Amino acid sequence: MANLFTNLAGITSPNPFWLASAPPTNSGYQIMKAFDAGWGGAVWKTLGVPVVNVSSRYGALNYRDTRMMGLNNIELITDRPLKDNLKEIEEVKKYFPKHAVIASLMVETREQWHQIVKDAENAGADGLELNFGCPHGMCERGMGSAVGQEPHVLKTIVGWVKEVATTPVIVKLTPNITDITVPAVAASQGGGDAISLINTIQSLTGVDIDNFVPYPVVDGKSTHGGYCGPAVKPIALNMVKECARHPEVKIPISGIGGIENWRDAVEHILLGASSVQVCTAVMHYGFGIIREMVAGLEQYMDEKGFQTLDEMVGRAVPNVQNWENLNLKYKVVADINADKCIGCQLCYTACDDGAHQAIGLVEGSRVPEIIEENCVGCNLCSLVCPVEDCITMVRRDDGSEDLTWAERTAAGDIPNTFNDQRGGGVGHYVPEPKEGLKKN
Amino acid sequence: MPEYKRPKSPTEYAENFAPIHPLMNDTQAHYESSRCLFCYDAPCINACPTGIDIPLFIRQINSGNVTGAARTIYEANYFGHACGNVCPTEVLCEGACVYNHQDVKPIEIGRLQSYATDQVIRTDKQLFQPARPNGYKVAVIGAGPAGISCACELRMYGYEVDILEAKELPSGLTVYGVAPYKITNEEALEEMAWLEKQFGFCVYYKRPIKSRADLDQLEEQYDAIFLGIGLGNTRPMGLPGEELEGVWGATEFIEQLRLEQENAMAGQRVVVVGGGNTAMDAASESARMGAEVVGIAYRRSQAEMGAYPFEYELAKGAGVSAWFNAQPVAIHGESQVIGIRLVQTETVDGKVQQLPDSEFDLPCDMVILATGQEKQTSFLSQIHDLSLDKKGRIQVKADHQTDNPMYFAAGDAVNGGAEVVNAVAEGKKAARGIHDYLFLTKNN
Ligand SMILES: Cc1cc2nc3c(=O)[nH]c(=O)nc-3n(C[C@H](O)[C@H](O)[C@H](O)COP(=O)(O)OP(=O)(O)OC[C@H]3O[C@@H](n4cnc5c(N)ncnc54)[C@H](O)[C@@H]3O)c2cc1C
Ligand SMILES: Cc1cc2nc3c(=O)[nH]c(=O)nc-3n(C[C@H](O)[C@H](O)[C@H](O)COP(=O)(O)O)c2cc1C
Ligand code: SF4
Repeated sequence: MANLFTNLAGITSPNPFWLASAPPTNSGYQIMKAFDAGWGGAVWKTLGVPVVNVSSRYGALNYRDTRMMGLNNIELITDRPLKDNLKEIEEVKKYFPKHAVIASLMVETREQWHQIVKDAENAGADGLELNFGCPHGMCERGMGSAVGQEPHVLKTIVGWVKEVATTPVIVKLTPNITDITVPAVAASQGGGDAISLINTIQSLTGVDIDNFVPYPVVDGKSTHGGYCGPAVKPIALNMVKECARHPEVKIPISGIGGIENWRDAVEHILLGASSVQVCTAVMHYGFGIIREMVAGLEQYMDEKGFQTLDEMVGRAVPNVQNWENLNLKYKVVADINADKCIGCQLCYTACDDGAHQAIGLVEGSRVPEIIEENCVGCNLCSLVCPVEDCITMVRRDDGSEDLTWAERTAAGDIPNTFNDQRGGGVGHYVPEPKEGLKKN
Repeated sequence: MPEYKRPKSPTEYAENFAPIHPLMNDTQAHYESSRCLFCYDAPCINACPTGIDIPLFIRQINSGNVTGAARTIYEANYFGHACGNVCPTEVLCEGACVYNHQDVKPIEIGRLQSYATDQVIRTDKQLFQPARPNGYKVAVIGAGPAGISCACELRMYGYEVDILEAKELPSGLTVYGVAPYKITNEEALEEMAWLEKQFGFCVYYKRPIKSRADLDQLEEQYDAIFLGIGLGNTRPMGLPGEELEGVWGATEFIEQLRLEQENAMAGQRVVVVGGGNTAMDAASESARMGAEVVGIAYRRSQAEMGAYPFEYELAKGAGVSAWFNAQPVAIHGESQVIGIRLVQTETVDGKVQQLPDSEFDLPCDMVILATGQEKQTSFLSQIHDLSLDKKGRIQVKADHQTDNPMYFAAGDAVNGGAEVVNAVAEGKKAARGIHDYLFLTKNN
């Protein structure tokens, strides 16, 4: 039976599922309810000098029938007095000594950092998370992502915290930066015990086109917000992986961004996360989703034969390579299962208009046909196909050859002039331009 | 022209009785599971007598954990697959789906349930591990939904369980009574075989428990006895001509249909007497067996019918017609039935009254009486201290213990005849009652 016990830089919890610092962790009431439902840990809504918020605060990206595939917010850190939060941290810890309660913090001066670190630890927090990620509002005041985007400042503040902290310190990073490993390395060098990422991404989810104001509308005006939810998972996964494979990031990772089910969590873990944090999915469906997450993770671990999470963390990282190390001899082509095809011809139009003209229509049939010699194996048709397992990619090389761009470069065998005959598309079928007329 | 021709081969039979809720494929399951809203305090869970965590299992299907979905289902309901097929979901989970409030099609919960459970049955996945033997033995009489559900749950507590079944197949009316277009014999029996493997109870077939001597033996050998005996045969109406050839009780007609399939006895011109779901089933089934004319005769009005509206619609769709306010008074024929005499009625103050001079005859070669099943009172009267209510139902306490402390009971024999899912839920509850009785009461 899989053991979900989790240890991130010394912060332990019964399972790797933590609530991210956000509205679901606003109060002791919510965190007690969440632990009772099965969550393993919680990062308290960022503490600091209480703020004043606006109304309204959120905008969402709906995609077709899916509500809130992306969520955008312009909320700030906690608006509750510190002493109320501390009292509740103490109470939660009393009921749940084995669960992880982490205090997220955001203040300005060295004195304030020292004070709030001591206060949080005295209240019983198992660890601290430094919020260097909030990309709206707080950054205008020199905090949040304004810190996360300045590695020197970040390192200095981590140093201030480490002067007094006795519990592990997690540095929460902003994704609003070109190279996520720069602040990650700074956090590691500054003495941070772990990093967590991602915080939200600067965004606008849409515009009220009748009144000419982006969402969310505050009395006829708006401001950019922070984006999160299922839509950001790919960005989060890439950044987690970037940190996990960077040799100078020597500290563990808490993965955040777009986690809604067990599979999302497993992906974060395989790319290097030792624990995962969830915000939007709980804001959408409540704490009850934890049942699916825990059951799914256990089932997966049992089926794969993983006893502990440590065996899984980062398992996919070695398989992430630079492009130049991928095998150019590997060859797949699309294959349509005619029995499953429902004749929508989306693959045909996707390939003909958006790819490589490798799918043809057959007279008297709605089932398209792969023109194998034209197929470059890009996957597009299999991605647009609405039927499970109807278009699959089948391997055509025999696996005996392995040649990478790096090797070709070393051998001097790469195209290097504009009309070089070694270009990959040379000799590949392209219809005459005129054939594009009267086709629609 | 009738809708259906008399089936002459297994293939034609299968065509005529094609499943009304066919098994979903992966694509269907993917799209359908995407639609679930994951409601808080979900009304579908509350509407399910076994309380399956429906939003959870649907989300598990959607996130690719189909095995986990099946586990969620079976943890609440040991007849997960049968129920997905045979439950009247329109009045249970699917009827409670919040989409109904905006006239959006409710989630097809039953079919998703069958989809998930089918995969673990087909791949023979071991999901449950019975507890270590606790030293107690329980006898279960009847391998129907109530009995098997009780047995599975008892095995999880570590009891040795022997099931004594009068007939040759397990699952009770699931295989002998439910309409074949809801569940095939193979489907019902495959789930039973899987359960037997998972839980390791023993079923002894053709072992009816009839006499006081049989009961003495059980009482001596076992620590508790569970009664999951369901109901009895169709109750006679006392009509002149009821003994004629071609006059069937509905449950007997359906049982031979399920067993004999395309070779079953069926009429050309059939009159089905009754207005409940069994009447609708028998009429639909007769039509699917190629009858030229099938008519339902019900002594009250359409609005007073006990059958679910969708069951009546299903029968009408198969070509069945109905006479309302028509009560049978006699069946005609020498040795074989040739017709039935009905009289028109009206309902006054809830009572059916016959209208004078309103009798009419219908020619037919088969009459099916779907007017209710008998209770097994003469068998039950042999059990000491057992109390039955006025309708012959076994009286039980909340934990399903009867007035004879050694005996527990559930299912149709207790509720008077409900659905498979009710019998399953009650059988499981009774197992907990037995466990409390043997461990708490007896040990103190
Ligand atoms: C025609 C018909 C159609 C139905 N359709 C549906 C439907 O579509 N959906 C649905 O949910 N429900 C349906 N039901 C109801 C459902 O089948 C029952 O509610 C359910 O099977 C009751 O389960 P049970 O275990 O209490 O009894 P049963 O299913 O009746 O099982 C009792 C078992 O005990 C055995 N037994 C009885 N006496 C003895 C004895 N003395 N010794 C040994 N064994 C004995 C019997 O042989 C039988 O196997 C239908 C019922 C009928 C009659
Ligand atoms: C309304 C809202 C408020 C948030 N407030 C905070 C905060 O106070 N501190 C913080 O570190 N992150 C905050 N976040 C960011 C989340 O903790 C998390 O990093 C982000 O939402 C990505 O995870 P998700 O895709 O699971 O939502 C907030 C997010 C939302 C939606
Ligand atoms: S969720 Fe709705 S009701 Fe609750 S605070 Fe926000 S706007 Fe108000």
